[in-house]
Amino acid sequence: MTNAIEAEGLVKRFGKTTALDGVDLAVPGGKILGMLGPNGAGKTTAVRILATLLRPDAGWARVAGYDVVKQSTQVRSLVGLTGQYASLDEDLSATENLVLLGRLLGLSKPQAKIRAAELLARFELTDAAKRSIKTFSGGMRRRADLAASLVGRPDVLYLDEPTTGLDPHSRNEVWDTVRTLVDDGVTVLLTTQYLDEADQLADLITVVDHGRIIATGRPDELKRHTGGQTLQVRPTLQVDMDATAAILADLTGTKPLRDDDTGLLTAPVADPMLLSAVVRRLDDAGITADELALRLPSLDEVFLSLTGRKSSSDTDAARVPERSNA
Amino acid sequence: MTAATVAAPRHTVITRRGPIDALRDSLVLAGRNIVKIRKNPETLLDVTLQPILFLFMFVYLFGGAIAGDTHAYLQMLMPGLMVQNIAFASLGTGTALNTDITKGVFDRFRSMPIARSAPLVGAVLGDIVRYLVAMAVLVITAVILGFRVHTDPGSFLLVIALMVVFGLCLCWVSVFVGMLVKSPQAVPGVLVAFIMPLTFGSNVFAPTSSMPGWLQGWVKINPVTQLTDAARGLLNGGPWADHAAYAFLWALAIAVVFFPLAFRAYRRRVG
Ligand SMILES: Nc1ncnc2c1ncn2[C@@H]1O[C@H](COP(=O)(O)OP(=O)(O)OP(=O)(O)O)[C@@H](O)[C@H]1O
Ligand SMILES: [Mg+2]
Repeated sequence: MTNAIEAEGLVKRFGKTTALDGVDLAVPGGKILGMLGPNGAGKTTAVRILATLLRPDAGWARVAGYDVVKQSTQVRSLVGLTGQYASLDEDLSATENLVLLGRLLGLSKPQAKIRAAELLARFELTDAAKRSIKTFSGGMRRRADLAASLVGRPDVLYLDEPTTGLDPHSRNEVWDTVRTLVDDGVTVLLTTQYLDEADQLADLITVVDHGRIIATGRPDELKRHTGGQTLQVRPTLQVDMDATAAILADLTGTKPLRDDDTGLLTAPVADPMLLSAVVRRLDDAGITADELALRLPSLDEVFLSLTGRKSSSDTDAARVPERSNA
Repeated sequence: MTAATVAAPRHTVITRRGPIDALRDSLVLAGRNIVKIRKNPETLLDVTLQPILFLFMFVYLFGGAIAGDTHAYLQMLMPGLMVQNIAFASLGTGTALNTDITKGVFDRFRSMPIARSAPLVGAVLGDIVRYLVAMAVLVITAVILGFRVHTDPGSFLLVIALMVVFGLCLCWVSVFVGMLVKSPQAVPGVLVAFIMPLTFGSNVFAPTSSMPGWLQGWVKINPVTQLTDAARGLLNGGPWADHAAYAFLWALAIAVVFFPLAFRAYRRRVG
């Protein structure tokens, strides 16, 4: 299988900022690449270059074999883009926006209307189809934007942080859509700040920081590198801490980390199936827990283990989101 | 329905957009601007309400003083107000384009296989509708106040055509500024410095002969003055062809200078 997206040595500077500092990419056709990185890592810049919206200062990129600079028309006819920030006309309704895009892609007016209705139905926006985008909630906008990027039936789809700001239901909807698209043979490049999103969807994960790629691999390879998952247990009663710690030590084979202030016990686990064993043992011992969860390492922890230092988010590191997986 | 039927790849590669495709893309995008006008008529307030206010204010406040009687003044003022109105209306193009760029709407268009110039050409073509609405509102108000065309419908239509052509030439100044400034709000601010001497330093409101000599020099060569004289001739009867030719050359000169500047700035900003 040839690569649908290929790039080598991409460099992009904005004044003194080097947004991309020699990025190589290779995404086989029909696969999902998850590009994982903190704020300011260069994810959006990479996507914009691959979508022909920016020219690289050095290096090259090809989509389906077409050069993004020299053959931008060809590239544009094959890609769909859902940018990080909404790109629909706020004054127009969802239908009007999609019909406009369909018309620009060469559909007749009736064809464009049918296409718009199909896509809006797919994203549960039929009821809001006639409302202007400016009345949409954040999640509705994301979905409308995603629908817009599919009007042209792209071969390659770029999704720049497609689930940031979505509630769990909408997030799952987006994930399902992405999976179905890939089943149809679409190649997807998805940027995200969430390891679990990349883990759920991607065939390949590339971790970027400061415009450089610091790791690339299959999700399981990366996770092995970063120590798999973390089990968190918070017994309801403080007095059960010792007994719980003993059970965890027994099952995971390591002494759990214990925080007496928050009453939280954490232990690394390699096998997610362990969760049910923990539940059974706690139940047998008559211990109830307020919190019992398996979670992936946060982006911070991934960075810590990959680079030996904290992630270099250009905003407050504490804002790098972390999601529970239970 | 599943995404399978909705989003299977099309596998069609477009290699080139020729001039006919470009025209089609531009017309589709012009259509978008027209839909926007229909949905948000309040965006036209600056080119509808303002000239109406001017009409009332000048006719009843100063009409008697300037022309001796308000009706005579209305006949003289109305053609000039049309010119002023079209000049103001042409400022909107840059603001609208800048809004599209900062809001990300342009990114969507640019990621699609459409002609590069289409969003620009579409915006300018769509503006013709704005010009026509602005003219219509002004004419209707003036007619209610007693304004009459003393010539023939053909001359009236010629005036409208001249106005639209003038607006289409002038709008490149606004496009140029719109491509250079960061936010859409900055566009009118910058352009006021350009548009004020053009529209007020003219014979729209008062006869040139009533002005001091140094000002007359500018007023006489001002294209707004020339176009006003042409419109007066066409609507009230009188010579107009020389004035129209002069104004047209001026407009052409403005377009010849600012179209390349605007286009280059456009390519640089969103190329
Ligand atoms: N148009 C621009 N002008 C100047 N600097 C820019 C521009 N675009 C991006 N940058 C800078 O380039 C760097 C990378 O930005 P980019 O938007 O690609 O990051 P990102 O990984 O998408 O971040 P986020 O998660 O916040 O979206 C940042 O330091 C940013 O400030
Ligand atoms: Mg980004």
